[in-house]
Amino acid sequence: MSKIVFQHPRSLKHNIFHYCPGCGHSIVHRITCEVIDEMGIRGITIGVPPAGCAVLAYNYFDVDMIEAPHGRGPAMASGIKRSLPDRVVFSYQGDGDLAAIGMAESFHAANRGENITIIFINNAVYGMTGGQMAPTTMLNQRTTTSPLGRKQQLDGYPVKVSEIFSKIGGATYIERCSVSSPLHVNKTKKAIKKAFQCQIDGLGFSMVEVLSMCPTNWKMSSVDSCKWIDDVLGKEFPLGVYKDEIAALQNEAEAPA
Amino acid sequence: MNKVLMSGNFVIGEAAIRAGCRFYAGYPITPQNELTEYMAEHIRNAEGGVFIQSESEIAAINMIAGASAAGIRVMTSSSSPGISLKQEGISSMAACELPGIIVNIMRGGPGLGNIRPSQGDYFQATRGGGHGDYRTIVLAPASGQELADLTMDAFDLADKYRTPVMILADGMMGQMMEPVIFKKPKPRHYNEKFMLRGAGDGKSKFIRGLLLDPIDSEEHNWKLFRKYEIIKKNEPRFEEHRIADAEAVIVAYGTAARIAKGAIKRLREHNLKLGLFRPISLWPFPEMQLRSLAAQVKKFIVFEMSTGQMLEDVRLALQGYADVEFHGRPGGAVPTPAELANVISKICDKRD
Repeated sequence: MSKIVFQHPRSLKHNIFHYCPGCGHSIVHRITCEVIDEMGIRGITIGVPPAGCAVLAYNYFDVDMIEAPHGRGPAMASGIKRSLPDRVVFSYQGDGDLAAIGMAESFHAANRGENITIIFINNAVYGMTGGQMAPTTMLNQRTTTSPLGRKQQLDGYPVKVSEIFSKIGGATYIERCSVSSPLHVNKTKKAIKKAFQCQIDGLGFSMVEVLSMCPTNWKMSSVDSCKWIDDVLGKEFPLGVYKDEIAALQNEAEAPA
Repeated sequence: MNKVLMSGNFVIGEAAIRAGCRFYAGYPITPQNELTEYMAEHIRNAEGGVFIQSESEIAAINMIAGASAAGIRVMTSSSSPGISLKQEGISSMAACELPGIIVNIMRGGPGLGNIRPSQGDYFQATRGGGHGDYRTIVLAPASGQELADLTMDAFDLADKYRTPVMILADGMMGQMMEPVIFKKPKPRHYNEKFMLRGAGDGKSKFIRGLLLDPIDSEEHNWKLFRKYEIIKKNEPRFEEHRIADAEAVIVAYGTAARIAKGAIKRLREHNLKLGLFRPISLWPFPEMQLRSLAAQVKKFIVFEMSTGQMLEDVRLALQGYADVEFHGRPGGAVPTPAELANVISKICDKRD
């Protein structure tokens, strides 16, 4: 008897990704769809794609989706989730979307403990608009709007979203992962699954930050991009679990009154 | 049903909840705070009712957009500077054809202006307000009773045309107390196929405003345009007051129309035969109805609590068939009926 060990995820449409070769978005799309399949939640999942390269995510995710104006995904997701508390609602956002224009919306969604999940793609640049400096751009990193490199005196510092969000009372589960290697891809998938489970269990706000390659705007090969995440970006943004209140909240829920 | 005495902001909140509004998000700003507070207290008593105090007006409009997509009747409210912030979301809701109610309790502007009643947001309200080729239905109540009735109607119109609808009132309307009877709301007709509630076992849906292909985008714009043309044909609302024997007609809406009625009463005591044409829907503007009046009246006096915005729509409607004069007080100054009566009697003297 043969057993299926690998197949096209049911929740992933059969469209060819428009993403550049070596881009991390398609990997995160795929593993998110695998998680949706494995958890059997395709029919109750609603996704909110951002403005940015992933604006066309509805061409790939075979779940209900509504596009949010730039940065407003967490507000929109809050509105959907509060209206339909038994659905799984996630907002998919980039670094500019979440940590610049949408910082207020994401911060306060976390602080309200909205029972939603944010999948946060950190690739240190604005990808779709052509590689401008993002809030997460590294110091001295050259971009089209920091041609001499990001200078802290003028441009400030890379915004450490997971570190900041881990201090927010309403946040339950915050983890930073990467998709720079198969090992890390698997870890990211586990984190997304854990975040969705946190939401399904009604435990509150979860966010998975994913360090993701942008070879086109980094002006690197795909292989060098993966290496740059491991050697450089990952040093500024260390991987790991920044907050995990899941077990504590579960115990609290199970404790006799 | 019994008459109840309520302030305007409360009336809007109560009418919305009775009309089936089950999601409200808002951010504090004077002079509409009582509406947010009313919703905080009362919407939760309705089954499924959700109140969120948002971190900004931008977040509020996007919260209601999300809830609207989920198939819920939604409302947000603010005052002038806050409405400017909401424009991104209003444009987005128009593009995505999401119904929802936006209440603007106008205050003095531009900028932070002041918190006095004003009508300076007419252009913003009736011209779409945000970016892109779209319109929003704009209803301008002029009494507590109309606040109740038009709020309920706004939800039906928003669903019928799948478009955001704005209630445009001002601080005077919001703060003033009047007796009100709440009518029985109509049952909701909104097709489930427009709701985003998870694909179940079926095909997934998406709602978007981004159309990268210019031909697709053009067709979407024409589709919206055709919808707006139907609204323009079917939904103009207006009131005529003492028009039958009028030799000159004041055109005013909202609070200004109430002041105008007071002025007309005074002027008629001095044998000046004035009437009032009051647009109730500011978009669609009751253009043909006003134009047909020009067959009997040759002098129109536009009165607004602004430097003259609806004035342009009146000129467009009258197309030179009659003289158009204007009196306005911007920036939160509210003229008395006596002041307006004086101004109008001078305008009428000038002609004679």
